[in-house]
Amino acid sequence: MKNAVGRDIPDFLLENGKEVYQGKNYMDGKYLQKAAPKTRRYEKPQESKIVESLAEALKQCGAKSGMTFSFHHHLRDGDFVVNMVMKAAIEELGLEDLTIAASSLGAAHDPIADYIEQGKVIGIQTSGIRGRMGEVVSKGKLRTRAIIRSHGGRPRAIEAGEVHIDIAFIAAPTSDCVGNCRGIGGKSNCGSMGYAMTDAKYADHVVVVTDCLVDFPNMPASVEAIDVDAVVVVDSIGNPKKIASAAARISQNPRDLMMAEDVARVIASTPYFKDGFSFQTGVGGPSLAANLFLEKYMDERNIKMGWAIGGICGPMVEMLKKGKVGKVIDVQDFDLDAVNSINQTPNHFEMSASQYANPANKGAFVNKLDFVVLAALEIDTGFNVNVLTGSDGILRGAPGGHPDTAAGSKCCIIVTPLIRGRMATVCEHVVTVTTPGDCVDVLVTDYGIAVNPLRPDLIECLDNAGIKHVPIEELKEKAYSMVGRPDDLQWEDEVVAVLEARDGTILDVIRKIKPYTLED
Amino acid sequence: MIPRPRPERFRLRRTMMFMNAQKPGLIKDAYIYGCDSIMLDLEDAVAENQKDAARFSLYHALKTIDYGDTEVIVRINGLDTPHWQEDIRVCVAGGADGIRIAKCESAQDVLTVEKHVEMAEEEFGVEKGRTLLMAALESPKGILNAYEICAASERMLGVAISGGDFRKCMQTKPTRDGIDMVTARGMMLIAARAAGVQCFDTVFTNLDDQEGFEAEVLQNKAMGFDGKSLINPKQIRYVHQVFAPTEKEIIQAEKIVRAYREQSAAGVGVFTVDGKMIDIAFIPGAERTLKLARACGLWEGDLV
Repeated sequence: MKNAVGRDIPDFLLENGKEVYQGKNYMDGKYLQKAAPKTRRYEKPQESKIVESLAEALKQCGAKSGMTFSFHHHLRDGDFVVNMVMKAAIEELGLEDLTIAASSLGAAHDPIADYIEQGKVIGIQTSGIRGRMGEVVSKGKLRTRAIIRSHGGRPRAIEAGEVHIDIAFIAAPTSDCVGNCRGIGGKSNCGSMGYAMTDAKYADHVVVVTDCLVDFPNMPASVEAIDVDAVVVVDSIGNPKKIASAAARISQNPRDLMMAEDVARVIASTPYFKDGFSFQTGVGGPSLAANLFLEKYMDERNIKMGWAIGGICGPMVEMLKKGKVGKVIDVQDFDLDAVNSINQTPNHFEMSASQYANPANKGAFVNKLDFVVLAALEIDTGFNVNVLTGSDGILRGAPGGHPDTAAGSKCCIIVTPLIRGRMATVCEHVVTVTTPGDCVDVLVTDYGIAVNPLRPDLIECLDNAGIKHVPIEELKEKAYSMVGRPDDLQWEDEVVAVLEARDGTILDVIRKIKPYTLED
Repeated sequence: MIPRPRPERFRLRRTMMFMNAQKPGLIKDAYIYGCDSIMLDLEDAVAENQKDAARFSLYHALKTIDYGDTEVIVRINGLDTPHWQEDIRVCVAGGADGIRIAKCESAQDVLTVEKHVEMAEEEFGVEKGRTLLMAALESPKGILNAYEICAASERMLGVAISGGDFRKCMQTKPTRDGIDMVTARGMMLIAARAAGVQCFDTVFTNLDDQEGFEAEVLQNKAMGFDGKSLINPKQIRYVHQVFAPTEKEIIQAEKIVRAYREQSAAGVGVFTVDGKMIDIAFIPGAERTLKLARACGLWEGDLV
């Protein structure tokens, strides 16, 4: 059955009330029955919840084959916890048929690909999937279909019981002996722990893994002891160098700067650019550099940013400290400047993934966003964006908060170079639709700007400001004229991953890749 | 092959951005930044043993990339090197709009290059006279001979001073107020105006010193330069901003041109606009202001 972005969704996926994507805000006003966890009572006072090893913690939580373990990705590419836990479960306890439900997975988790090939891990639910894991899933090695969700879609699915977490593992830079966790104060600091919060509230069991035990009480706690069954102290939860980079630097690449300046010009041309406006931007070259140019326009018009959200890094913290932005609320920190600022700098707050982006709750921050600036691997002439699959069709990306912020914001700007190497970024049809075109408003490239025809109001804004723009088809043709028109990818019929829209409907599917053979 | 229109000897040249002709990543789409001219460099940016590679890269860029209405000029190696003749053949064969003669010191240098350009036009079947020339003055002798250089050929579009080499000869360093080169800049400007060609200032190389850059651009504009050589795309926008006419200037120019057309049709040669005396001498300046305003996207009329 074709969905609202024209993707053919196989009927066999539409069981138990699952629907295809119908367009944005389709679920508005519907009711949701939340799924409460079954948790153990700890009535008798206990001095400490520290257990000797991960294996011991797993046993104590009744770990068995077939269970679902959850993880969060604040340690990013420096994370050791996923691999440690899975090794203990599979190699020490001999468990099988396990499902990993993570907020994201990356190259740090390459060893999990082996467990997938051995059939020990049979399910993956995540936002990001990269490296070897993406390759084995794309080759059809995972026994069940992977499920890809956005950062807002994940807490929605957890709260709705669509994914039931048997044991949640919290990678905690600091914890006390009963499991009050914080993202700072230790040796592997990550700052915000926003993605772990819903897991802790909805999992049957919660195990904290830390490499820095601190005195009770570890306050203010990101994950609270009231939800924690056991605490395991290990030598190291991650590689600090890969958890948070030294400081995100603003790009000096002239191409990035030119695009960033255009992003700022577009923003400044809209009626939403007024005192107290809200903003989110990515950490990619041109997205981050947009901060710089935006500040110029803010100074010129003597206005301040009301609040900023997102994954946060140094340049935004700098603006907070200078008083250019009122509040910063973040779900994740990307560099040490941000890590060292959260809950320390006045008006720099932490929030949960649900509070950030969940479309089914009653007050997600994304719904109050004026502007979001996002990157894209590909964008097609329907303004649909792909940030998940590579040009070879293999899973190597993450929807993250992309679909959530695009849907919630008043003005969603995609900024990307027109071509990357020999790949056209602006194309006829994206490989996978991760953000539907009806949520994307403006495209800024190094070869020109295009506005979604669904937004005549924004077209008028750009015209009034004298900002040139062209139909997106023109940008696509320009790209193809330089790098050529690519052949269609070849797929098997088998669906290896289902991409859920943030509301839980099916936005797209990823099929098993057919090895490409060159004709003689 | 990308057909390029016949180059215009006099056109808007506020910004000329230098790029190493050997770097495909740079030259493949240098036009996106919006400079008026790009200056593909075969000279100093290219190592001595890479001159051939750079020429190949340049030739194929000229043949396959559509630079649109961005002018494409090539800086060739000096006449004291073994490279310049082959450089000229490549420029002409590829269809470059113009050639910048490095270290030009005399009218004879221009004539020597012109002769070889003509030979190459003949050799490659390129329209005779198509390829424009400009001269870089890099020495005291070049500055002293500025007028004869500017007036040496119908192909000459203008002259530029090259600060690095000139300061070396003069044993000076860049100064904040530009005193180190003010005489040379002035002499070159006078010569260029006398010969009726354009005049461009040198590059500003300290990218971290935006304040110094802006001061120099303002001085360039005040002295009467047509444009400036640049080394980084991020310098373009400021130059265009400074060289753009003000709203007041545009309105005034429009009034002058309009009034002149009406009055001259009625047989009147001298008249007043807003209390100022206007005659034919004011017209080229006013027309230039309007053309500049249009190029800057500030004016959409059809008077010029």
